Amino acid sequence: MDNLEQKFNETIKMGLDIVKETEEDRLMTLSVGPQHPGSGHFRFTIKVDGDYIVYCDPDPGYVHRGEEKMCEYRNFIQNIPHLERPIIHDSTNITYSYSLAVEELANIQVPLRGQYIRALASELNRQVYTLYWLAIYGIFLGHSTMFMWPMGDRELFIDLLEALTGARVTHAFNIPGGVRNDVPEGFRDRCLRQVAYFEKRLTEYEDIFYNNPLFRQRTEGVGILTKDNAIKLGVTGSVLRASGIPFDVRKAEPYDIYNEIDFKIQYMKTCDSFARSTVPFLDMKESCHIIRQLLDKMPKSGEVRAKLQPNPKGPPGESYKRVESGRGALGYYIVSDGTPKPYRVKISVGSFRNMLALPFLLIGSKLADMPSIYWSLNYWPVEADR
Amino acid sequence: MSSDQSNTQNGSEQKKVNSDSTQTSMSKKTEAITPEFEGDLINKIVSKFGDKIIHVIYIRPGRTKILVPSHEIVQVASFIKDTLGFDHAESVSGTDYPKDNQIEVIYHLGSYSVDKLSSQILALSTRADRNDSRLPSLINIFKSVEYHERETFEMLGVYFEGHPRNERFLLPEDWADIPPLRKEFRIKGR
Repeated sequence: MDNLEQKFNETIKMGLDIVKETEEDRLMTLSVGPQHPGSGHFRFTIKVDGDYIVYCDPDPGYVHRGEEKMCEYRNFIQNIPHLERPIIHDSTNITYSYSLAVEELANIQVPLRGQYIRALASELNRQVYTLYWLAIYGIFLGHSTMFMWPMGDRELFIDLLEALTGARVTHAFNIPGGVRNDVPEGFRDRCLRQVAYFEKRLTEYEDIFYNNPLFRQRTEGVGILTKDNAIKLGVTGSVLRASGIPFDVRKAEPYDIYNEIDFKIQYMKTCDSFARSTVPFLDMKESCHIIRQLLDKMPKSGEVRAKLQPNPKGPPGESYKRVESGRGALGYYIVSDGTPKPYRVKISVGSFRNMLALPFLLIGSKLADMPSIYWSLNYWPVEADR
Repeated sequence: MSSDQSNTQNGSEQKKVNSDSTQTSMSKKTEAITPEFEGDLINKIVSKFGDKIIHVIYIRPGRTKILVPSHEIVQVASFIKDTLGFDHAESVSGTDYPKDNQIEVIYHLGSYSVDKLSSQILALSTRADRNDSRLPSLINIFKSVEYHERETFEMLGVYFEGHPRNERFLLPEDWADIPPLRKEFRIKGR
């Protein structure tokens, strides 16, 4: 001890300040992303005190493309291919609500068969997205089988969508007035066969992943988002339903033919990462059920799209339409001034809304829990940036 | 509150609504008569605020729009949350109207806690002057507007008073141009 005091005195004689430990010294600032160490094209800054996260600040925008501004330069039809870029894995759903909003503005009636095909493509595409998300969730929790399996099974639905739309990932299938083309021959049988196979696979997913004790330990009780907080933060989709609120746009405000489809809203009440990762899985099961009904109830023949003017336009006005996408409610607010180009387009996406829950859940949790919380939010950085 | 505020360049639908006259020219082919539920919502708002708001209109089934002057928006928003039961914001968007020299900010509010309101979207809108665009923030009433308002600030240059962070969000860190969603910002080559 004498030695230490001697040293202090020596340093004071030398004119040096003794720096004592402050709170800032205790904290370490870490930058997660944007070069994809498990964050996507997204960065958030966190500060850790020992093992615990005490500060979190999301910094999105690395893949901001200015979709909303681009819309103002193109007419209603030209907008479709670039609008699906924010979420190419769910491209049918992001153009779905756009089509609905334009139809409302321009007063276009969609033929019944077109409505069914649209809903069918949207359900198939939701499976593609959810499987992709599940694969990423698996690999970032260190479960490499859960990366391989969904990636492989995703091909089933991509093949179906390829047969239906002509493109594997970016379909540009929904247009105001219906869909681009009719269902190919033999599609129904093929679709039923693959859905039946996929349902069998889902039980295997349950065994290897959701009932895995390691996975459960890492997710159960982690990142609790209570019902009140979920409402307060305005989250949507699987994050909302995992907090015990049975809200699904397909039920709350049925669009096209969804009011004729019989399905249940899948939700859980445990509010943790496990619930947030299980709800999309339950949605996939329910989606198989919906796909079968759509194939059964679809009219055997008829038009699939309405005849449009070369440059569809409507009277001045505004429209807000939403659909249930893989990441929750996806709304378009479109203002039209009566010309064939929209005056203003706003895309309200689930990822952007769920981002608010990220700092809320991360602050106070352990650093090791970060991947399981972050990916459970069903967050897609490119979609959030638009 | 001034009547010329409601004459927008693209707003043929704008019409002052009394408690019972609810026809809008916009939805010619859909119902011209307000459904009971939306009519009830409109009545509640009109009877509470009366002349303090510019107008309340029924747009389509499930869609109602209120235009309020900016100094009343906080009171109207608290009423909407506490009495009507709308509990979160789905989207906040700004629209630039250079001809009126105004920017409209519109909050699309929805409800999770009241079952009857799940199909309803209440659009609460207000207008700010384009040259000195300042609006009160609704962050103390709806926490969910936090990032949406921040995005509106950087994209349209609307300063939200009371918002803790009117800062850059999605744009590059070295962004030094005017807010990009204003109409005078042009994409190069277009």
